[in-house]
Amino acid sequence: MSTNGSKLGVEVRLEQLRRVFAGVVALDELSLTLAPGELVALLGPSGCGKTTALRLVAGLDEVTSGKVLFGGTDVTTLGANKRDVGMVFQAYSLFPHMTARQNVAFGLQMRHVDEQARNRRSDEMLELVGLSGYADRFAHQLSGGQQQRVALARALAIQPKVLLLDEPLSALDAKVRGRLRDEIRRVQLEVGITTLFVTHDQEEALAIADRVGVMNKGRLEQLGPPTTIYSRPATPFVAEFVGLTNRMEGEVKGGEVIVRGTRLPLVRPDTPDGTAVALVRPEAVSLASDGDAGGGPLVGTVIAVAFLGATSRVTVDLGDMIVLAQMPTSQAAATPAGSRVSLTLRPDPVLIARDETAAAEA
Amino acid sequence: MSRRRIRLQALRIAIFALAAAFFLVPIGAMFEFSTRGIGVASPRTLSAWAAIPSTPELATAITVSLELALITSLLMLGLLLPTMVWVRLRLPRLNRIVEFICLMPLTVPAIALVVGIKPLYIWISLNFTDSILTLSFAYLILVLPYAYRSLDAGLAAIDLKTLTEAARSLGAGWGTVMLRVVVPNMPAAILNASLLSASLVLGEYTFANLLNYENLQVAIQYVSLVSAGTSIAVAVASLLFAFVLLMILSFAGSRRRRGGRVVPAETPIAPVATVPPSLLAEGS
Repeated sequence: MSTNGSKLGVEVRLEQLRRVFAGVVALDELSLTLAPGELVALLGPSGCGKTTALRLVAGLDEVTSGKVLFGGTDVTTLGANKRDVGMVFQAYSLFPHMTARQNVAFGLQMRHVDEQARNRRSDEMLELVGLSGYADRFAHQLSGGQQQRVALARALAIQPKVLLLDEPLSALDAKVRGRLRDEIRRVQLEVGITTLFVTHDQEEALAIADRVGVMNKGRLEQLGPPTTIYSRPATPFVAEFVGLTNRMEGEVKGGEVIVRGTRLPLVRPDTPDGTAVALVRPEAVSLASDGDAGGGPLVGTVIAVAFLGATSRVTVDLGDMIVLAQMPTSQAAATPAGSRVSLTLRPDPVLIARDETAAAEA
Repeated sequence: MSRRRIRLQALRIAIFALAAAFFLVPIGAMFEFSTRGIGVASPRTLSAWAAIPSTPELATAITVSLELALITSLLMLGLLLPTMVWVRLRLPRLNRIVEFICLMPLTVPAIALVVGIKPLYIWISLNFTDSILTLSFAYLILVLPYAYRSLDAGLAAIDLKTLTEAARSLGAGWGTVMLRVVVPNMPAAILNASLLSASLVLGEYTFANLLNYENLQVAIQYVSLVSAGTSIAVAVASLLFAFVLLMILSFAGSRRRRGGRVVPAETPIAPVATVPPSLLAEGS
């Protein structure tokens, strides 16, 4: 396919991007370099600045300070229509008065590509996203997922330097979302385009990104491969935002934290001694039916079992706190609601929640 | 149940008939008057109607009024549409102010406006041109409220921000965005605004008369001094013309768009004062 011809993604660099809206800092000195062909997901709660960052890269908003570079060229002052970016929006953005083919051809028309070449390329792009038979349909004749696929084809048709995805899946239902997510990744790899993907859905980010940047309050908290983000969160915010986390009180002592009699190593051994709240992942908690002991700091009653498919989440009441445990469904079957269980904490390195540490020392 | 339905249907028909009578009886009476011959017992004649084309003032005035309607509609679209799009996208805080300014002509009587504007027109006719087409600028003010309401409804029905941003990111400049993306997605609203403006201009009397220009309504008034029958015939004709415009408008407004959504057919009805008030006052 000719889309592969000139397709070597360019490096995209964000240098100390800052955006202030009426005195409120939406984006605080964001620096980020996307390698050619890389897919980086910016993940964070709403209002964390991820969409602002994307709009600054697109040229749809103006920077307060900082630079945006595509392949070493400074594009900070270029308007959105001169930047050569392909963008897929959260809201359905197909032009309602045009067919799918006309939509895909729109950007090419702006570039004065002649009609024959335009239609040929549009059909190629529609084929790439698996919609060859839908070229003559209008947006209202397409499902939400199909509309977003046409939008993706339209964004890629102009062979942009960078692809920007602004929560393209959040308007879709769960099943379509998962499929289209994988589809986007496949197309992105096939075309080899540098891509910035913005989402508030951690599952989405972890599933398709080469690297994930977790943002909070306009700042980049951590940037790294999905596995690192999940298993070695650099900050308590990342730990709590990515995946579910149990907050368990414990005692920090000599680079370890003792939680209810169990010693757990710390991600940051330099944490000062004292009372603290450790962040423990549900999958680091395992259960055993409690026949013998009858008491102890990690013995409790199962109050709920949530079936999630391959895994199940078990909620255990320890008397003074609730702990979540996640495990394969076959194991969870052994501990139905109401049964007494004893908990074991796997000694994975844990983080200490920031606020409680500070409060305890004050 | 069916009895209730029948009664409801009867009520509907009655109300419709009453409303229709309210509009049609005066027009019918005007038509009847325009076909009377001279003298009490003389037979029906269409001579008053036949006199329209051969009355030069009327022929000129009709052309001029149609030109004014066209120019005013184009000016209105050229001024209002880009302004409203820009305000919605870039200066949403000004939205209220723009709306207020656009609706203000409704609250100011035409007679007050014309007194205020007269010195300006004297100056224009002395220094630049005394063409009647300059009236378009004054009419632009008069049509603002109606045009604003229609365009506002049209813009509210589309996701303006996403569509323009999508078009911009694909390489379209602002002009292209307006012509290729905004306009084609609100045809009903644009037609609506244009036809309302046109029908208002065709029925306008106060401005033209007090600024000493001869548009259709002023000409009807003059002709009525010579031949009451002909002036009433023209009045009927122009009323019917305005009705046709408004019919087109309401069909365009309620038609389902290809997008599958129904554009809110908000059709503020312009005051179609096709019979000059002075004419009615004289009871001719």
